[in-house]
Amino acid sequence: MARPGMFQRLQRAARADGISIPGMGLRVLVLLLFAIFFGLPLIWIVLAPTKTDTQLLDWPPLAFGSLDRALLAWKNLFGYGENSVAIWSRNSVVYTISSLLLSIAISLPAGYALAISRFAGRQFLLWATLISMILPGSALVLPLFLEMSLVRLTNTPWSVILPAGFFPFGVYLTYIFYATSLPKDLLAAARVDGCSEFQMFYYIGLPLARTLFGLLIFIAFTSNWNNYFLPLVMLNDDRLYNLPLGIQALISGTSALRPTFATDLPIRRAEVALAGLLLIVPVVIIFLFSQRYVVSGALTGSTKE
Amino acid sequence: MVATPNTTIVTRQPSKRRRGLQAAHLFVLPYTLFLLLFGIAPGLYAITISFAKFVEGRPQLFQAGLKNYTIAFTDFRFLKTFGNAFSFLAIALPVGVIGVVVIALLLHARDDWFANVMRTIYFVPGAVAGPTLVLLAIFTLDPALSPFRFLLTAMGFETISDVIRPKYFPVLFTIIGFFGGAGGWIAIFYGALNSISHEVLEAARMDGCNAWQSAWHIKQPLIRPYIAYMAILTFAGNIQLYAEPALIGAAGSSPISLWSPNQLAYEFAFRIGNFGASAAISLVMLLIGLIGAILVLTTTSIFQSDASNSAEG
Repeated sequence: MARPGMFQRLQRAARADGISIPGMGLRVLVLLLFAIFFGLPLIWIVLAPTKTDTQLLDWPPLAFGSLDRALLAWKNLFGYGENSVAIWSRNSVVYTISSLLLSIAISLPAGYALAISRFAGRQFLLWATLISMILPGSALVLPLFLEMSLVRLTNTPWSVILPAGFFPFGVYLTYIFYATSLPKDLLAAARVDGCSEFQMFYYIGLPLARTLFGLLIFIAFTSNWNNYFLPLVMLNDDRLYNLPLGIQALISGTSALRPTFATDLPIRRAEVALAGLLLIVPVVIIFLFSQRYVVSGALTGSTKE
Repeated sequence: MVATPNTTIVTRQPSKRRRGLQAAHLFVLPYTLFLLLFGIAPGLYAITISFAKFVEGRPQLFQAGLKNYTIAFTDFRFLKTFGNAFSFLAIALPVGVIGVVVIALLLHARDDWFANVMRTIYFVPGAVAGPTLVLLAIFTLDPALSPFRFLLTAMGFETISDVIRPKYFPVLFTIIGFFGGAGGWIAIFYGALNSISHEVLEAARMDGCNAWQSAWHIKQPLIRPYIAYMAILTFAGNIQLYAEPALIGAAGSSPISLWSPNQLAYEFAFRIGNFGASAAISLVMLLIGLIGAILVLTTTSIFQSDASNSAEG
C-alpha cells in the first residue's frame, strides 16, 4: 500500500477543517510572521552580551560573538558601582520570595474558606476581591506611598513586601479552584468523622492544590519579580533597589543607551542587555516549568462552564 | 456550576455550621486585614489627602478645600497628559483587540502541534515587563542594532533619535504593549474558544460552513464577552502608563517632557511636593479603573462568583 503523499494528506486535513490549501498556507504564514515579531527580539537579547559594541553595530543581528565577551560583560556588569548589581539581585530575590510566601499564605486559606463555607461578610469579600483584582495595580501606588509615609515605612523593604501580600487574584483563583474541584462528599464524610475545619483544610484542601500552587507561584513570582512602579515610589536609597530599578539606573546613569551622556564606565550595550537577561531568564524558566499549570490555569479564571 | 458548592451540607447540620463559621472567619482574617490596609485604606487616605493643605511637608487635613483639585485640573499638563494617553489608547485598543482576536482564531482553526508551538512563542514575551521591556524596545527600535533593522531602514529611519519622537509615541507604545501583553490575552481567548461546544461547530460544518465562516459567524460572537473584558482592562490599565514614557526618552537625543498622567502625578508628589494635587490625579485614574472593573463585572459575566451572579440576577 502506498502511503498517501504530502499533497493528499494536506488535502484531507484541509477538508476536515474546512480550510482550502491556500487558506492553510495563509494561516501558517501569518502565524509565523507573528512568531518572528514576538521571538526575534528575545533571541537578539540572548545573543547581545556575546558581542562588543562594534560587533553589535556591524555584524548581522543574530550573529554569535564569543563566550569570553559574555564573561567580560558579566564581570563589567557586576563591577558596576559598589557591588550594586549583586545587591540589587539579592534584593530582588528577597523581596520576591517574601512577597510570594506572604501572599500565598494569606490567599490560600481565604480562597478556600470563600469556596467551602458561607459566613457573614462573605459577599463583601467576594466583591472587594473581584474589584481589586481587575483594578490596575499602579492606580493605588501613590496613595499607598502616602499611607506608608504616615507610618514611616517608606524607604524600607516592608514598603515593597507588605503591599504585595494583598493578592486578590490569588484569592479568586483559589476560590474558583476549590469551588469547582473539591469533592463535596469528601468534605461531608470528613465532617461526619469529626474532622475540624483546620484538619480538613490541611489534610484534604492542601494536598489537592498542586495545580493551584503551580499557578499561584507563577503569577505571584512574575508580578513581584517585575515589580517596578511600587519600589520606584517607595525606595530612594539605591542600596534598597530591586533589579528593575537597577536597570532603570543603568539606562539613565550610563552612556550605554545615551550617546549624549558620556561616562568612561565599562557599561555598554552588552552589559545592559545582560542586566535585562538577569530579569527575563528566571521568569522564562519558571514559566517553562509551570507551563502546563499556567496554560490550564489561565483559563480556570476565565472559562465559563 | 460554582455558585453553591456545599450549601446542602451546611444547612443539614446546623450545629456544625456555627463551628464552620468561626473557622471560616479565622481563615479569611489575614486577607481581610490586608484588603483593608492595602486595598481600601490607601484609597480612603488619598481622598483625605486630596483635601489637605501641606505646610512644610505635613498635611493639614481638610484645610485646602477643592484647591488641590483646581491646581491639578487646571495645570496645563493635565489635559495634555490625558490627551496623550487617549491618543495612545485610540490606537492601542483597536490594534490590540483585533490582533489578539485574529491570532486566537487563526490558532484555533486547527488543533495541531504548530498551533501549540506558536502559542508558547507568543506567550514568552510576557516575561518581559517594566524597564526591561523598555530596554528591549530601545534595542529593537534602534535602526543600527535592531534584528528588524532592514525594516526600519526601509522605512527611512537612520538613528534611534529618528524613531523615538513624541509624535510616534502612541504607535511605539502600542507595539511595545502588544509585544509584552498579547500572549497572555491570546491564551485566554484560545481557552474561551476551546470551551465552545464541539456539537455547535460540527453542526455548522455539516451545513457547509467553511473555516472562515465558522470563525467569524460562530466563534467570534461567542467570545464577545472576552473582547469586552480585554477592551475595558486595556483601557483602564494603559491609562496608568509610566515606565514607557519615563524611560524611553532617555534613548532619544532630546529629553522628553512629561507624557502620561501618572508621570504628572509623580511630578506633583516628588518634584513639586504637592501630595494633595498628586492624590487628586491618582483618584481620577483610580476612578477610571473602578468604573472599568465594575463594567467588566456587571456586563460580561466572565468571572464566576456568587457575588456577581447575585448582582446580575
